[in-house]
Amino acid sequence: MTDAAIPASWKLGAREGVAVPILTVLAVVVVIWYAAAVWLNAPQVAERLDRAGPDWTAGDLVSGAWAMERPVLPAPHQIAVELYDSVIGRPVSSKRSLVYHAGVTLSATVAGFALGLAMGVALAIGIVHVRVLDRSLMPWIIASQTIPILAIAPMIVVVLGNLGFTGLLPKAIISGYLSFFPIAIGMVKGLRSPDPLQLDLMRTYSATKAQTFAKLRWPSSVTFLFPSLKIAIALALVGAIVAELPTGAQAGLGARLLAGSYYGQTIQIWAALFMSAFLAMLAVGAVGLAERGLTRYRGGRL
Amino acid sequence: MVSARAAHAGDVAGDAVGDSVVAREVAAERAPVVEARDLSLVFQTPDAPVTALSGIDLTIRRGDFVSLIGPSGCGKTTLMRVVADLAKPTSGTLLVNGGTAEQARLDRSYGYVFQAPALYPWRSIERNIMLPLEIMGMPRAERKERAARYLDLVGLKGFERKFPWQLSGGMQQRVSIARAMGFEPALLLMDEPFGALDEITRDNLNVHLLRLWEKTGITVIFVTHSIPEAVFLSSRIVVMSPRPGRILEVIDSDLPRDRDLDSRETPEFLEIAHRVRVALRAGHSYD
Ligand SMILES: Nc1ncnc2c1ncn2[C@@H]1O[C@H](COP(=O)(O)OP(=O)(O)OP(=O)(O)O)[C@@H](O)[C@H]1O
Ligand SMILES: [Mg+2]
Repeated sequence: MTDAAIPASWKLGAREGVAVPILTVLAVVVVIWYAAAVWLNAPQVAERLDRAGPDWTAGDLVSGAWAMERPVLPAPHQIAVELYDSVIGRPVSSKRSLVYHAGVTLSATVAGFALGLAMGVALAIGIVHVRVLDRSLMPWIIASQTIPILAIAPMIVVVLGNLGFTGLLPKAIISGYLSFFPIAIGMVKGLRSPDPLQLDLMRTYSATKAQTFAKLRWPSSVTFLFPSLKIAIALALVGAIVAELPTGAQAGLGARLLAGSYYGQTIQIWAALFMSAFLAMLAVGAVGLAERGLTRYRGGRL
Repeated sequence: MVSARAAHAGDVAGDAVGDSVVAREVAAERAPVVEARDLSLVFQTPDAPVTALSGIDLTIRRGDFVSLIGPSGCGKTTLMRVVADLAKPTSGTLLVNGGTAEQARLDRSYGYVFQAPALYPWRSIERNIMLPLEIMGMPRAERKERAARYLDLVGLKGFERKFPWQLSGGMQQRVSIARAMGFEPALLLMDEPFGALDEITRDNLNVHLLRLWEKTGITVIFVTHSIPEAVFLSSRIVVMSPRPGRILEVIDSDLPRDRDLDSRETPEFLEIAHRVRVALRAGHSYD
């Protein structure tokens, strides 16, 4: 072994240090999953095997449980195959492509998140600067989040539909409705975070309210904003999917979930679930990336 | 060499006597920057009211270098905050530059160095110093030039791009001094600005501050716990006592304006320091 090889092997060792636990947990989850698939699907498989004849083995039962067309719980490889077929196996423009549906949901998520961001920030600015708004708006904001979104989503869709708005807008509004809340709460806390001395400093410069906002309150709120943004964008995705359920939408992950459950296509449901989990990771990751960029701009600390 | 300096010191001392008479006569004509009459401030706290200032009578004229000295908690910071219109007195009258303290604040007539650095952690050192300049609408090029000049003055050249948390406490405090001096106010309020510094850096900054004061004729109100520092810098020393915060004595310093670090060993210097110490001790006996 040469000297130069030593650091490289250390590096590899360090990466293995992270990879081993992750892969171990993943392996355990997969094993449990396969076992659960056998357990949950066995009654149906046994019934079918009985009909064919009395002599079947445990091996038949297990392989049957992992290859059902409409299983109670599909095996991981079935979901993997479905994902492969619907993501890579079809052109992106096809209505049967999962990428197409994910794109529809993602665009509603992004639009809803933008809406929620604008609303959350505007509310927070109002609440921090106008005492009356603090007293009058806060109870309504909190109340708004106690109403189940599943109850309010169809109403929004119907009302907007009657006004001639269909497609992206109703979905974005429902998604924004969910995501503005953590943003507003985080921003209010952030805009109030400057300590008295930092505010006194602005007073000694006789800075205007707008200057104090731009040069002190806003920059110090950012620390509080990013955790809120991560929650908000995940909620925006949930909102977009929920909004696709009552719209009778033909496209989007919500529509796939609904169609899947309607026809008992559990594998399709699970594939859509995995896709939405992937979208959530992507969205939260994008916010994390923005956070990292700003942190670097601020010299390594947010 | 030694004798030459002694002769020089004697010279200066001889001049000083004549100077100070002139200085006092001129003092009466110089415009008052701060005029406090029977100023009191009581903090209403949940358990009992705290009298932070009581019956403060003080006139500070343009070009004065006034040090406030007194035990911890005697109301030095509070008095500065009242002058800066960051706290409202409970009773009494206060004029700053002949108007209200609020008007003086709105006119941006003073720079305030807080007891803590109070830097904005998301701004680089340079941008921290440029903050007041931005607010006052100074052009970008001039801002940069000012920041560089005052950063150099406090001995932190080369730290422009660093962030506050990358600097030691004393360095942060020096940045806050540069920030307050950067917009060149005619009145400088400094609350224990050199408290966190080592002796040599402190000496250096004392000399710099003294030269700046001498050259520009600004008015300085300065809080310190160090008797030598107070005597070295000040034209007047205000000794305060706690509970309630009152002025015990105002000691005028006859030391010449162009004093240097060696002046601290002259008999005149030691005599004033002694008077300050006696007054401070009298304050402590109130406890
Ligand atoms: N915001 C406040 N509310 C209540 N009491 C206060 C407040 N600020 C100061 N005090 C009280 O007023 C008194 C004077 O405080 P101040 O900060 O002016 O002291 P100081 O002379 O600056 O002390 P130090 O040398 O330790 O900085 C203290 O007894 C303090 O407890
Ligand atoms: Mg103090």
